[in-house]
Amino acid sequence: MRETTERVLQPAEIAEACRQLTDQGARLQMAYAWFPERGESPEVLYLADQGPGKPFPLLRCRPSQGSAQMISLATQIPLLGWYEREMTDLCGIYFAGHPEPRLLVLHEGAHPALPPLDPRYPKDQIMPYTEEAWDLPPVEGNDVQALPFGPVRGDVLESAQIAFYYIGEAILHCHPRLFFKHRGMEKRFEGLSPMLGTLVAEQISAVGSVSHALAYCQAVENACECEVPLRARCLRTVLAEMERLYNHLYYLGHLCHTTTLKVGEAQGKLLAEQCKQFNGIFTGSRFLRGLLKPGGLRRDLNLHGLRAKLNVLEPEIESYMQALETTNSHLDRLITTGHLPYQTAFDQGASGPIKRASGIERDLRHDHPYAAYDRLPIEIPVRNEGDAHARVQVRMAEIRTSVALIVRAIDEMPEGPIDTEVRLQPRAEGLGWCEGPRGSTYYCVHLDDIGTLVRVKVKSPSFSNWRVFPFTVHDTNMMDYAINEASFGLTMAGCDR
Amino acid sequence: MPIWTLYGLSRGLATTPWPAKSESGQQQGVLGLPAFNQDRCDETCRACVDSCLPEAITIESSASGERLTIDYGKCISCQLCTETCPNSALEKSDHWAFGVRRREDLVWAEAMATQEAKELKNGIRRTFGRSLHIRHVDAGSCNGCESELQALNNPYYNLHRLGIFFTPSPRFADLLLVTGSVTYAMREPLLETWNAMPEPKWVMATGTCAVSGGITGGGYSCAHGLDGILPVDIYLPGCPPNPSAMIHALLLLLRRAEQVVHGGHYGR
Repeated sequence: MRETTERVLQPAEIAEACRQLTDQGARLQMAYAWFPERGESPEVLYLADQGPGKPFPLLRCRPSQGSAQMISLATQIPLLGWYEREMTDLCGIYFAGHPEPRLLVLHEGAHPALPPLDPRYPKDQIMPYTEEAWDLPPVEGNDVQALPFGPVRGDVLESAQIAFYYIGEAILHCHPRLFFKHRGMEKRFEGLSPMLGTLVAEQISAVGSVSHALAYCQAVENACECEVPLRARCLRTVLAEMERLYNHLYYLGHLCHTTTLKVGEAQGKLLAEQCKQFNGIFTGSRFLRGLLKPGGLRRDLNLHGLRAKLNVLEPEIESYMQALETTNSHLDRLITTGHLPYQTAFDQGASGPIKRASGIERDLRHDHPYAAYDRLPIEIPVRNEGDAHARVQVRMAEIRTSVALIVRAIDEMPEGPIDTEVRLQPRAEGLGWCEGPRGSTYYCVHLDDIGTLVRVKVKSPSFSNWRVFPFTVHDTNMMDYAINEASFGLTMAGCDR
Repeated sequence: MPIWTLYGLSRGLATTPWPAKSESGQQQGVLGLPAFNQDRCDETCRACVDSCLPEAITIESSASGERLTIDYGKCISCQLCTETCPNSALEKSDHWAFGVRRREDLVWAEAMATQEAKELKNGIRRTFGRSLHIRHVDAGSCNGCESELQALNNPYYNLHRLGIFFTPSPRFADLLLVTGSVTYAMREPLLETWNAMPEPKWVMATGTCAVSGGITGGGYSCAHGLDGILPVDIYLPGCPPNPSAMIHALLLLLRRAEQVVHGGHYGR
């Protein structure tokens, strides 16, 4: 793949290679498997990031035919734990010595005849499923109570189940059961043309439609060595920042909901609504869907009016954020809540504003510029406190940056074509990435002999952050739970896919 | 706290007068489901059929030849067909008020049937007057429908003003509002929620996934929406349906609004 440094290794060599990478300061970003030939053994890929401007290290290996066994690295690199379990569930690869050898993506009681991502598994055949009890860890002790909460929760929320073990107010252990919404989206790409694949990418997480579609399109362009015209890249940048803006504003409003700051909630959600309306006015879609395609944009956009609208909205946003930052009752609930230390954030794979609130200064827009970010100044806001308030402050700083970036990108918008032809290449492979509102999104695409998709791997930021989240819940109290969850700004759809 | 009270007051009224007063002015610029102009369609061309991922546009063979059919219940309003159609037979439109009582009304019918709209069982108006309590269940969505449902309670749409409320407990709910194409893992929790609701009760399939599965239905982990799982009273396609479309569909259920779509034709 372009922009990566590939090494093909034996399964036994992977552990040592990963250790070398982490020793050099690289951080593993994801691992996945695919089946290069029908009926043959899968290939496992490990993707890492070694910092600004450097190519992504990519390790590839094939477990020997028949055994499909690898050695688990989860005790050494904890963030790989979920990726390994996902490969076990969906690709049938067994990882020896895994510290949590349980189902993750599939629920107990799902019994697919073949691993679902095996190309021999039919595209439209539902798995046999009989409901089985959830495999919960035993927690014993005087007065310990267990509270399973969900999957249908209060309010309008996405489905997820969380088991709390608690004594009085104190939470001993929090155990989420996710993937109720696992729709098998990665399988949907199989056999599609790269153009239609964009629609699937947009459906993975609606509030991340642009970041998913953008990372996907860039992966196809990377595979087919396609240079996107400058105007399209600038417009893509504006779309990505518009997505960040409405997401972060909604986030602030929803957080006020959990701290019961009613007017703050109303104002945050109203500002988010206004941004969504701008999306509708200027692009035709409140979620900025139906605009991107491999090679550029599907239609040109005239964004001059958006600049004037943002000029009106900007002081509103600023005064709102200042009011939040001077409201003691609100801040009291955020400061020290849900503390995530640097090392936990790093080891467990925290992404996006969550990691930047715990002192990890990484942002794909700055480190590996895509679209037109190489032409724009990107500031990376970082906080070291690692609490809910730090996560809020990082997002507030990003809101300011987003508005400035949109205005500047519109002012400097070049004229020119908005798309170019993508010449599909047989058996091409590509990597695409994007720093979405919730963190880093990666796509890997693999094409077949005639240029249709055989495998698309989606790494969404919520998959990373849901893994980290429980570490901030253990040993806290029930009253803070909702605030802490809101301060992470997670989506289920992106995580579950 | 007094600061916030003043802050709120100083911002004035944010709520839209729609649907009581203004007819237009809603969802400016937002593209709805594509409009079909049959007289412009060259039925030998299959450009739109080939571009339609959820198979909402299909060719039906009959004795009189091949015929294009559109099922708006499967449309994800991706607009690809409007971009590939060489004759503008399919055009971008602002048609979003797609809530209907009968699934058939979402399928393009050449001859307009003049059937009476299906009477809702039990007469909802008599039972509830004008108010409604909703229990929402996410049965495997992309979060788009949730995002727009959450928007219903922002100051702009302010759903409470219409006497419609979300309730946490199914015991208090009149309407089960379902999003998503129903994954294998959400099927049981969905049915349990339905069984926990007191009679009389209604179901609204919200979003193309819940109506027909859209492009997320099927596969190894999903059903094709609510058909065959729950008795649906209102179908609302859209990907996602915007908040105004949701309000329109809820008012349609309460007989406080008129159905706009009949036999796939909009607004006739």
